[in-house]
Amino acid sequence: MDLCLRRPGFELHAQFDGVVDGFTALFGPSGSGKSTLLRCIAGLEPAVTGHLRLDDQVWLGAPRRQPLPAHERGVGVVFQDARLFPHLTALGNLRYADKRSAHVSGSRIALGDVVHALDLAALLQRRPATLSGGERQRVAIGRALLTRPRLLLLDEPMSALDAARKAEILPYLERLPATFGVPALYVTHDIDEVARLASQMMMLSNGRIIACGPIQDVMERADLQQVTGRFEAGVVLTTRVLRHDPTYCLTHLDHHGQAIAVPQLMVDIGSSVRVRIRARDVALATRRPEGSSIRNVLAGVLIDIQSDATTPFAETLLDIGGARLRARVTREAVAELGLVEGRQVFALVKSIALG
Amino acid sequence: MPLELGPLWLTLKLAAVATGVLLVVGSPLAWWLAHTRSRTKAVVEAVTALPLVLPPTVLGFYLLLLFSPRSSFGGWWVQVTETTLAFSFTGLVIASVLYSLPFMVQPLQLAFEAVGRAPLEAAATLRASRLDAFFSVASPMAMRGYLSAIVLTFAHTVGEFGVVLMVGGNIPGQTKVISIAIYEHVETLQYASAHVLAAGMLVFSFLVLLFVYTMNRRFPVQVG
Repeated sequence: MDLCLRRPGFELHAQFDGVVDGFTALFGPSGSGKSTLLRCIAGLEPAVTGHLRLDDQVWLGAPRRQPLPAHERGVGVVFQDARLFPHLTALGNLRYADKRSAHVSGSRIALGDVVHALDLAALLQRRPATLSGGERQRVAIGRALLTRPRLLLLDEPMSALDAARKAEILPYLERLPATFGVPALYVTHDIDEVARLASQMMMLSNGRIIACGPIQDVMERADLQQVTGRFEAGVVLTTRVLRHDPTYCLTHLDHHGQAIAVPQLMVDIGSSVRVRIRARDVALATRRPEGSSIRNVLAGVLIDIQSDATTPFAETLLDIGGARLRARVTREAVAELGLVEGRQVFALVKSIALG
Repeated sequence: MPLELGPLWLTLKLAAVATGVLLVVGSPLAWWLAHTRSRTKAVVEAVTALPLVLPPTVLGFYLLLLFSPRSSFGGWWVQVTETTLAFSFTGLVIASVLYSLPFMVQPLQLAFEAVGRAPLEAAATLRASRLDAFFSVASPMAMRGYLSAIVLTFAHTVGEFGVVLMVGGNIPGQTKVISIAIYEHVETLQYASAHVLAAGMLVFSFLVLLFVYTMNRRFPVQVG
């Protein structure tokens, strides 16, 4: 993929060569060109130039003279504003896609399965105007799936929803790639959504892809914090549920032999849970603290310290065995504790966001 | 006093045929106007709206010249069909189509613009070709525009007089429509017959407009 689109005051120049698999988040601040890039891939931006290929099919560029029209690309798109057809019922909207993709072979997506997976049975006879925002997005996701796409594109499908509606949709989204075997590209500016859903991420800034890879790798890179926003920088850890503690309403997670406690989760023991830990929520100690209310203490080795002389802070990176953790501490603390690369430290985690 | 069914029947037939032709010709034109970014758009819009401001006699005059067997178009028509266009029903249909063009195109253009690009983009990502999307998404969503356009075009054609008088004359069964019949009754001082037709037209026109406005009220923008 090598795409170029110029508009007054904005230039998109996105290069990417790799495999899109599972959930890939397209992340970046507002105005970075995420949605535009998605529209280029879908074939909705006629002015785009460059080269675009999916597997062995060329969509744009040589040897093709004209770009492959959107309706022949086999991409399912979920728009920010759902865009259900108002003159059709929810079922009519699903059938619209279903009918037109009946010829696609090798797909294991069926109308009944989609209705079941997204819990749409009760909504089928209703018109889009009578559906709530979250319900509309669920129908739109189902409709996009029923195009039996080779690639699913989601353009901030939850940005127009409040927190409660988001929470209603997230579990459905989470299961999609595994249930239907369709890779998805997911545009968002919400780092929590990335942490929860995505396995890979592409980071976009000023119309360019500046980083790409597994989310653990991309998130721990200190040089990208300009984009993620200093406040939200952090890492994602994949943990396993060890046991529940109903007395204190806690769930104990295991991360490569180190324990992490979080408020009780309604998930089975042994299942995998992703947690996100922000750099600003981690403090460092040179000895394992005693008499502290902080429950989550992880042992690790400092592997990188980046100080910025114009701020009071230093960004540090720790190897905690099998994964890395970022911590933001003051430069003064680095100097007084004698923190250097290679030193054994303890990370005190003040709060944990659950993916 | 016998009711004149001839002119009535002819008028309805003319209006129906002209509306049908305009539906086929006007839809693509309105579609193009609603979606083009071409600079010629303003020119085409102005030409389309001309019949609204021109005296019907101007249009009728030029059509009469065009229909004349001595003109290239009129001569070609005579060669192909062995009939003349002037003072014929076919000639009236062509004249009505031109004369009522804005009444079909303008409501449709507005309706297509109201539908916008978003639903069409959605349709494209659902594997619908452009033509498919036009019929399966844009047209149903523009249904109210279609109803207004059809009713107004039909009614406007029923009510035309000047152009018909110029290119059609007054041939019973061929070109003698209601408005011409009324004119003839008045000229020959048959006021009673004129009253029947004139009052009929008045009631008809009122009912048509009432229908259009009621529809606009009853189906407030469901699409959008």
